[in-house]
Amino acid sequence: MRFDVALVLSYLPAIGWAAITTVGLWIVALVASIVIGLAIAVIRLHGGAIVNTVLRLLVEAIRGTPFLIQLFLLYFGGPFIGLTLERLPAGLLALSLFGGCYMSEVFRTGIRAVPRGHIEAAECVGLSQMQILRRILLPEMLVLVLPAGTNIAVGLIKETAVLSVIGVPELTAVISGIGSETYAFVEALTLLSLCYWALVEICARLGRTAEQRLSLYRFAA
Amino acid sequence: MIIPAAQVDGLDKEFGTTRVLDRINLTIPAGQVTCLIGPSGSGKSTLLRCIAMLEEPSAGIISVGGRPLGFSLENGKRVKLPTAHNREVRGQIGMVFQQFNLWPHMTALGNVAEALKTVRRMPKAQANEIAGQKLDEVGLAHRRDYYPAQLSGGQQQRVAIARALALEPKLMLFDEPTSSLDPELTGEVLNVMRKLAEQGMSMIVVSHEIGFVASVASKVVFLDHGRVVLDGTPQEVFAKPRHPRLAQFLDTYLDREAVMLA
Repeated sequence: MRFDVALVLSYLPAIGWAAITTVGLWIVALVASIVIGLAIAVIRLHGGAIVNTVLRLLVEAIRGTPFLIQLFLLYFGGPFIGLTLERLPAGLLALSLFGGCYMSEVFRTGIRAVPRGHIEAAECVGLSQMQILRRILLPEMLVLVLPAGTNIAVGLIKETAVLSVIGVPELTAVISGIGSETYAFVEALTLLSLCYWALVEICARLGRTAEQRLSLYRFAA
Repeated sequence: MIIPAAQVDGLDKEFGTTRVLDRINLTIPAGQVTCLIGPSGSGKSTLLRCIAMLEEPSAGIISVGGRPLGFSLENGKRVKLPTAHNREVRGQIGMVFQQFNLWPHMTALGNVAEALKTVRRMPKAQANEIAGQKLDEVGLAHRRDYYPAQLSGGQQQRVAIARALALEPKLMLFDEPTSSLDPELTGEVLNVMRKLAEQGMSMIVVSHEIGFVASVASKVVFLDHGRVVLDGTPQEVFAKPRHPRLAQFLDTYLDREAVMLA
């Protein structure tokens, strides 16, 4: 038996589409994760006891169980509570919720890490709590959490692979399909790994570039 | 009668069971510099922070420019004042911190213009113009586009002063404005404060710069264990024979100076 890359590469257009799907899934889920994460973090910092407990339990549950199980529960269990979703929306929702819960923890600690004095200075010149959140806390927090946030973004790329189990036509589903068709499993899975690695590398580099650019905004103290 | 810049009546502040301020009565004259001195833990910063509404007093009334701030006394009862009123009165106070507390994601100009834009709802161009003037007043017009991380401590503190001045306050509060600066950078900040004092700004300064206090203050208040021990002109307070507690405080201070000079 020999390592036949050409066999797998003859499916290049299909692989290309699958890669675009994966990147698309990732971008949508990442944006949604950030929005969900911000919402949870801000509500948990300012909300009442009941809301906080509910959100804390949600975050703990998502962080305490495998993503695969969460996806199955949403896709196959959802209809039992009247939530019937197509593969793509189900996959995106699960992935966004998963990413959002992880992001919320990073954002929450990030907001806490903004020096108290920066908020006091804003109070002294008359900014309202909402203005302080929007103009001071969130921008400063985003700079602080960039390294940790990039980590979660990278993790999310790899989690998109799990969506293959409910038949979302992304990289893992398509390439392992090609493997089954051609029996070139090793070649297919090698290529698949390289694809993810490339995406992760691009994401990590973007994160590092952003970090360098934003280093100017870090406080000197 | 001239309305004092600020008036403190029967102010108490407790953190848990610790009493940090104990029945403080103080009049801050308008157009003059009042300096608060005292050993660490004497309550001088807490007093300043109460006037800035960063701490809520446990008892007592503070008024600024003749108007109560935070609480007022009605029929002998202390009642909380509405937020809108407090915001308006507080708008006449400028605060400068020991740690500068500039917002690191905004340029020097951005820091000074921020409240003009968001609080005073000024158009951006107008806010930036005023901010530019204020930076010029503290000698930093050429640093307007620098971020705090690119500025020295002295420059950051001058930007912080410009930020407070942008809102045209009637009373400026300085909480140990030079304590986190290298000795060679304190001069530029003290000079800005001196200039401000000459222009007739009402100021309350918590400072360990005894030289500055003696030369600029028209009133010196010595606090110890949350109480006003001495309150008078620099001549009265620093005159001999000294109050024993003040003498002790000044001695340790002079010892440190001597060590630094040696």
